Amino acid sequence: MTLGKVIGTVWATRKDEQLTGMKLQLVREIDADGTEKSRMVVAVDSVGAGVGEIVLFAQGSSARQTELTKNKPVDAVITAIVDKMDVE
Amino acid sequence: MNLGKVIGRVWATQKTKSLEGQKMLFVQPKTFVGENMGGQVVALDTVDAGVGDTVIFVTSTEATIPFKPALTPTDATIVGIVDRVDHESRSWTPHPSD
Repeated sequence: MTLGKVIGTVWATRKDEQLTGMKLQLVREIDADGTEKSRMVVAVDSVGAGVGEIVLFAQGSSARQTELTKNKPVDAVITAIVDKMDVE
Repeated sequence: MNLGKVIGRVWATQKTKSLEGQKMLFVQPKTFVGENMGGQVVALDTVDAGVGDTVIFVTSTEATIPFKPALTPTDATIVGIVDRVDHESRSWTPHPSD
């Protein structure tokens, strides 16, 4: 997974109906020491992450390995809200 | 697969159900001669790796295979702990301190 920070939310009423009911969050990749990186993705939120929270997200086909995103047109999913990090 | 060094750990209580009980480790990808290569990833552990270990990790959808049949949204999984690397320009035994 990749470490990220939720920096916003995306709302879309007209969309592929398979995306209905999914919360779409804007997630910016960050380093373990918190420095923000340039990469950002729109990720489906499967754990109730709020803006500002540090999260983990999975990308690619792995993002479809949840009940919520199985067989859906999704390539990024927030999998966890980070409580604590320990880095050398 | 790639080589990497485990440099830390992540804890999360609020997470996708299938991640419960899984150890999540920070891995710094490494070149075959032990230099840093690219950004850190958070990988699930299947071989009881610890901080300081040099490991082999698999990415992309293949990272989910060790957890089959459970649906596990991981795109990085540690599948081996390196004892020694024999490389044409440098053979080395990984140490936690290097």
